[in-house]
Amino acid sequence: MKFAAFIVMIWAGTAVAQTESLVTGVSQDDVQITADFTGSDILVYGAVRRDSPAPASPPLDVIVTLEGPSNVVAVRRKERRLGIWVNGPATEVGDVPSYFATASTGPLEQILLPEEDLRHNIGIDRRVRVTKINADAMDFPKYVQALLRIRAAGGVFSSDPRGVRLAEETLFRADFALPANLVEGDFRVRLFLLRGGKVLDVQEQMIDVRKTGIERQLTLMAHQQPLLYGLLSLLMAGIAGWGASEVFRLLRR
Amino acid sequence: MQIYLPIAEVSVNLFVLLGLGGLVGFLSGMFGVGGGFLITPLLLFIGVPPGVAVATGANQVVASSISGVLAQLRRKGVDFRMGAVLLLGGMLGSYLGVKIFAYMTALGQVDVLVQLSYVVFLGFIGATMFWESARSIWRSHRQGAANLRRAHEHSWMHNLPFKVKFRQSGLYISVLPPALIGAAVGILAAIMGVGGGFILVPAMIYLLGMPTRVVVGTSLFQIIFVTSFTTIMHAINSQTVDMMLAFLLIVGGVIGAQFGSRLSTRLKAEQLRILLALLVLAVCIKIAVDLLMTPSETYSLSLVLP
Repeated sequence: MKFAAFIVMIWAGTAVAQTESLVTGVSQDDVQITADFTGSDILVYGAVRRDSPAPASPPLDVIVTLEGPSNVVAVRRKERRLGIWVNGPATEVGDVPSYFATASTGPLEQILLPEEDLRHNIGIDRRVRVTKINADAMDFPKYVQALLRIRAAGGVFSSDPRGVRLAEETLFRADFALPANLVEGDFRVRLFLLRGGKVLDVQEQMIDVRKTGIERQLTLMAHQQPLLYGLLSLLMAGIAGWGASEVFRLLRR
Repeated sequence: MQIYLPIAEVSVNLFVLLGLGGLVGFLSGMFGVGGGFLITPLLLFIGVPPGVAVATGANQVVASSISGVLAQLRRKGVDFRMGAVLLLGGMLGSYLGVKIFAYMTALGQVDVLVQLSYVVFLGFIGATMFWESARSIWRSHRQGAANLRRAHEHSWMHNLPFKVKFRQSGLYISVLPPALIGAAVGILAAIMGVGGGFILVPAMIYLLGMPTRVVVGTSLFQIIFVTSFTTIMHAINSQTVDMMLAFLLIVGGVIGAQFGSRLSTRLKAEQLRILLALLVLAVCIKIAVDLLMTPSETYSLSLVLP
């Protein structure tokens, strides 16, 4: 697989006449969400492998993206009708990652050609796609912008144009701080090696984010035995309510 | 100290949750309101997703209501017969309310209708209670210790059939008015996603003429069943009950409810009513302002479930 990609790259990259590829790793390939989970630091590192000396120009760039499992998100616009704010038209956007962080050696618009972005879906605005358009919401690009804006304000979408530190055009690292509000699932790390805006190599790594312990037990039970789970919730409520009442009665004596 | 909530999939501060639970439990024990109309917006505010906030709020209200009822029971503040009649009406009303809710959802704009009904009902109830209790406080001040408590006023209610003796409430009235009130509250509760205590308490005081002493306990008794039903329905239909979140809210809530019901016996009935009126009005004004003010972000996001 890697070899095939390597061959394709040589074939496609003859114009630049170079054979540079990535060797990468992540500090951990699983993240366990426990009750006291407060986030996790992920280090993505790598090196550039080359057969011949590095060309003098154009400069080498690296982009690293880290994304959580995707969902479909409905974006609604509020409108003022009869003086009150009501929900107006809505648009559904698919493939919206629950978390998305980009780290790179420079601003994406400077180090990445638009056609390469289009081909590899690197930037967040390339990742999401409008899946369902309400007839009233024909100005859907505004809805996508609003989605990106709200997610960025919530800290789940971020981009750091200085996030990748590249040494001697060979070694690099990117640090990500995963927030505590994680949705479990497969997190995908994608690494892009670029020269002059063109992608030379792409690598992928997976990080398995899973709940463990009581977090996992509760989630499984809620989905597999909902009635039992509901009854257990009530039982807990009943015992706690009765228990507190008894404790206070004893205290008062 | 942060804690990760498994169903809500957010990490929140442990002490914030205990505090929220305690605050709502306190009000619950004091006024006989379940606190659903408070806990849901508060949970949303700290970042819990709406579905989880509504369902888990209901679970928490079950616990604080049980705690409150047991406290009231010891001072004979629960009219079980009245509670049962209200409950039967309430069940029927909930069923109708769920149907209406589904119909409104199909039409769209359900959340605006929910907010509007909050404003209308909270505003009406809050204003009426405030006016009445302020007047009776003012009157008792002016006339000193003179007690103006009206004797049994006979109204149309006393001419209806199926009369039953509600001993705890000191009433001998037909079961029809309480059953109808229960049903009306059930409809509203299902639509607005709350236990209905803040509607039920004033209705029992002003429409049925029950003494304030038994209103709180009887309301809580009714709320236990309504919110239990809601919790189970949410657990089955949407798996949005977060037991970890509920547990922490409950720990705070049951303690708060005990202090609340203790304080409620120290206050005069009019004082209790005017405080509840102010609380209801405050929530009403908050929701009304949200509807009228230009939001800072005119777009909103919601997950589309597969």
